[in-house]
Amino acid sequence: MSETLTDRRTATRRPDLVAWFSGTWLVVLAVLAAAAPLLPLPEHVDLTRSLTAPTLSGPDPASGHLLGTNAFGLDLFARALHGARSSLAIALAAVALGAVVGGALGILAGYLGRTVDTVVGVATNVLLAVPPLILLIALATVLEPNARNVTLALALLTVPTMVRLARANTMAFAQREFVLAARAMGASGWRVMTRELLPNVLLPVLSMAMVLISVLVVAEASLSFLGLGIQPPAPTWGNMIAEGEGRVLEEHPHVVLVPGVFLFLTVFSFNILGEKARKRWDTRSGAR
Amino acid sequence: MSEPLLDVEDLRTTFHTPRGDVHAVDGVSLRLEAGRTLGVVGESGSGKSVLGRTVMGLVSSGPGVTVSGRVSLAGQDVHALAPAERRRLWGPRVAMVFQDPMTSLNPVKRVGRHIDEVLRLHLRLGRREARERTVGLLRQVGIPEPERRAGQYPHELSGGMRQRVVIAAALACGPDLLIADEPTTALDVTVQRQILDLVASLSRRSGMAVVLISHDLAAVGGRADRVAVMYGGRLVESAPTSRVFGAPRHPYTGALLASAPRLSAAPHSRLPTIEGRPPDPADPPPGCRFAPRCPRAEAVCRGGAPPLLDLAPVGGHPHEVACRLPLEAESTEVGHGR
Repeated sequence: MSETLTDRRTATRRPDLVAWFSGTWLVVLAVLAAAAPLLPLPEHVDLTRSLTAPTLSGPDPASGHLLGTNAFGLDLFARALHGARSSLAIALAAVALGAVVGGALGILAGYLGRTVDTVVGVATNVLLAVPPLILLIALATVLEPNARNVTLALALLTVPTMVRLARANTMAFAQREFVLAARAMGASGWRVMTRELLPNVLLPVLSMAMVLISVLVVAEASLSFLGLGIQPPAPTWGNMIAEGEGRVLEEHPHVVLVPGVFLFLTVFSFNILGEKARKRWDTRSGAR
Repeated sequence: MSEPLLDVEDLRTTFHTPRGDVHAVDGVSLRLEAGRTLGVVGESGSGKSVLGRTVMGLVSSGPGVTVSGRVSLAGQDVHALAPAERRRLWGPRVAMVFQDPMTSLNPVKRVGRHIDEVLRLHLRLGRREARERTVGLLRQVGIPEPERRAGQYPHELSGGMRQRVVIAAALACGPDLLIADEPTTALDVTVQRQILDLVASLSRRSGMAVVLISHDLAAVGGRADRVAVMYGGRLVESAPTSRVFGAPRHPYTGALLASAPRLSAAPHSRLPTIEGRPPDPADPPPGCRFAPRCPRAEAVCRGGAPPLLDLAPVGGHPHEVACRLPLEAESTEVGHGR
């Protein structure tokens, strides 16, 4: 008894440090990214204003370029922060959109069943059948590569996952007597879905959203890396990494490492926090 | 006699399953006057819960279900109403209390909100008024510190407390009829008694009619005016409570009473049981459903369904029994073994 207690305590204690670090990183990154236009940072996008700056200089706090510059003399730290703006904004917006649309469809399908369930089920299975990157590339070739369209494409990727999660949770909760009790007190179908089921489905959907953010940050970076996302010179982590093509990576690894480390730490942090949230709130773990 | 509050006529609820049609409720007729309490007793699968839900209109004809017959609640045919009209009935006219208070409250909603929402939906009360009424209702069902309890989540309350909350929500709009579907099955014995007494006293105070569904004869015993015994989806006996307990006429009722443990029985004496198993609802025996298990059954019992006939002496309360070979009046009495 006491053994399991201590086991559980250490099991929850140990990742706390990592989680704290993850949370701190995300908060600091979000604050810096949000404030990036106001900060006295060297030029990050306009080539005409970086003509005098050294090109491909290494990280050196003393030079005024904290993390160095790229081939055009643009400051990498400034670019990484401005890149974080678009990466985070796109990933968050896409996940939010996916959670709202997918969650709503999932609750509808799970509660109404029958035809609605069949239609939603077929649609999600079709979406799931297409490999995500292929879908993104296909969409990118049709749509103009700007922030809005990238967001929409990424949101579409998350919809099937959200639908399935919301539907499964809805079906589990719809069996509970409180739904019958609500109906027996005169609640309409709409009321049951919004007042009874939604609050219960919200937690698993939100924790899944945390996990999906990291997936979408990577997906957005992949698109930008392939030149299908936000177009350079506007910075994103993906197209910054792409600047390391050819011999640049060999001779000036910091050009790739700076955005790479930003990307890595961000995805890592979202994963750690998302996993923590999922463990805490996912119904499968049995916690109520 | 006045117009009954609840008048159920030849109600049939049939579920169409892959194994065949299941006649969960098979021709049940009931009447209940305002302010009275009717106990519906039967074993698992006898159709008593489906009966309750069909009476309320929670189960109605649709894909997979056919409901026929008539349920008239205060003169309104429940199953003829449009869904939106029926919903307006639920709460102000008829309310239901369910078996398991652990699952009949939404775990992510505060206790008070369960009641607030009902009040605001049906009575169009404002937020403040609704909360005042909620606290009053919680106090009325015997919850101490109702203000504090209203702000708590269901998991912070014990099972008995939760069932009190469910009852408070059911009573919120002052229904004429409360259908309590095994309200105490999931509770401790001592709490069971408190809850049943609470329902009885609330019914007395507000003149609310109650249908008390239970598998426990004793639970229904002291609290119902009439008891209806169900077996295999049909009513087998329906009589004033004292008659059911004192002079049951249907062999099934007699056997049920005989199989209840008694304090007066000798220690370690064997409890009489009812041999065999309940009928398969998808393939019930022809004739009397109880015939295969009935020690008195004869060929005539297997022929056709026995009609529910009034065997009461002239002028007395109706004592309806569906049996071709009923027990003699006064042959079995409570308190005596066989």
